[in-house]
Amino acid sequence: MGFAYDFDWGVLWRQPYGIWLLQGLWLTIKIGFLGWIIAFFWGILIGTLRVTPWRWLRFFASAYTEIFRNIPFLVQLFFWYYAGPMLFGETFGRQINQIVGLNFYVAVLALGLYTASRVAEHMRAGFASISPDQYQAVLSTGMTQYQMYRYVIIPYALRIITPPLTTEFLTIFKNSSVAMTIGVAELTFMSYRIDAETFHGLEATTGAMAIYLVLGLTVVRVMSIVENRFKIPGMVGR
Amino acid sequence: MFDAVARNIGFLMGGFGVTLQLSFFALTGGIALGALVGLGRISKNKWIYRPITLYVNFIRNLPLLLVIFWFYFVMPIIAGRPLNPFLSAVIAFIIFEATYFGEIFRAGYQSISKDLSAAAYSTGMTYTQTARYILVPIAFRRMLPSLITQSIVTFQDTSLAFVIGLQEFVRRTSIVDNLEVRSIQLYGFVAIVFFIFCFIGSKISRHFEEKGRKTGLL
Repeated sequence: MGFAYDFDWGVLWRQPYGIWLLQGLWLTIKIGFLGWIIAFFWGILIGTLRVTPWRWLRFFASAYTEIFRNIPFLVQLFFWYYAGPMLFGETFGRQINQIVGLNFYVAVLALGLYTASRVAEHMRAGFASISPDQYQAVLSTGMTQYQMYRYVIIPYALRIITPPLTTEFLTIFKNSSVAMTIGVAELTFMSYRIDAETFHGLEATTGAMAIYLVLGLTVVRVMSIVENRFKIPGMVGR
Repeated sequence: MFDAVARNIGFLMGGFGVTLQLSFFALTGGIALGALVGLGRISKNKWIYRPITLYVNFIRNLPLLLVIFWFYFVMPIIAGRPLNPFLSAVIAFIIFEATYFGEIFRAGYQSISKDLSAAAYSTGMTYTQTARYILVPIAFRRMLPSLITQSIVTFQDTSLAFVIGLQEFVRRTSIVDNLEVRSIQLYGFVAIVFFIFCFIGSKISRHFEEKGRKTGLL
């Protein structure tokens, strides 16, 4: 019945395919980490702006989160990659398009900006879970608004939201696979490329799945150490 | 300003129709399977609990894009003949989203306390009546905001079917962009359309959340 399929698991370690997968993994890790750095700091800033006393800053921050959360990441990525350079005008846009490895930089930036909106939402939830008394207590010590956020509220909120941030950190590696659509040769791209060369896409994608699982488990391991380190004593874990 | 969009509006909206179809099948299938997965996740029988939990944790650790590819490669082998990408995409979405919906259902089922069913029984209600009039409505109202949010995510996720050549909204836009080279307006248009739908959806979700909080349900 049907057409027979000859499994050839050798594509996972036969060269150059085995090395392709490892190169892809390396790029996946790089995109994830660099994107996370942007997402983390930009997300904290946006999340904090949402609770500041200045109306226009609050408006900007909430508009930012709504826009970035309600448009598919693929569309965002295409917009930045294909339309982004043109936003700078004809001549300058053409110069940007000549940058070597532009797709990698765009992928990192787009992933960072997108994930920042999610970090900002967690940040807001973190602020909301701190009781108003705490804010007043801090201000009564004579700290300014800026000092209050910088030294008390933000560090406190960050420790509260460490578990959801861990989940976001895991998600960023998964979302980095979308970068393949603009030709970034990360792990999913490589498994697809092996299919194009050998017609053994099933084995290649299964191998890539295994690599993603190992990556995910490693991240969970590392993050559980981080979570324990930053856990607020006396609070229940998740 | 949107001249290239206007010239190709029929073709583009046809793609949006495919996106809506894909979302419809992914959501009905994903929610139905998710309701069962949620039951499996609270099962006391380890032969049900363990495989279901393994399936959920396995899928949730993978990028959706890779799952779409995997089903695209594996479906023809199972079926023994080439399949159209739409069918393999729908199956991939159902299998993938059901794990996310399953966790929502699990939380919903677990939010029902034993006291509540005991109280219903004590009024003389039968099991069916208790489930029909007390447990299911309350669990459903508690889950509703998360279900809507995840439905929006699923709707956005369907754009990833782009990678197996399915002519949905984004794929058709990129086809038009290759001819017209009007990236700003074309991708801007897709972004606006997605935004309107998802923004309204998120407002509805928030409405039910507020309502639940006010009535003390959440």
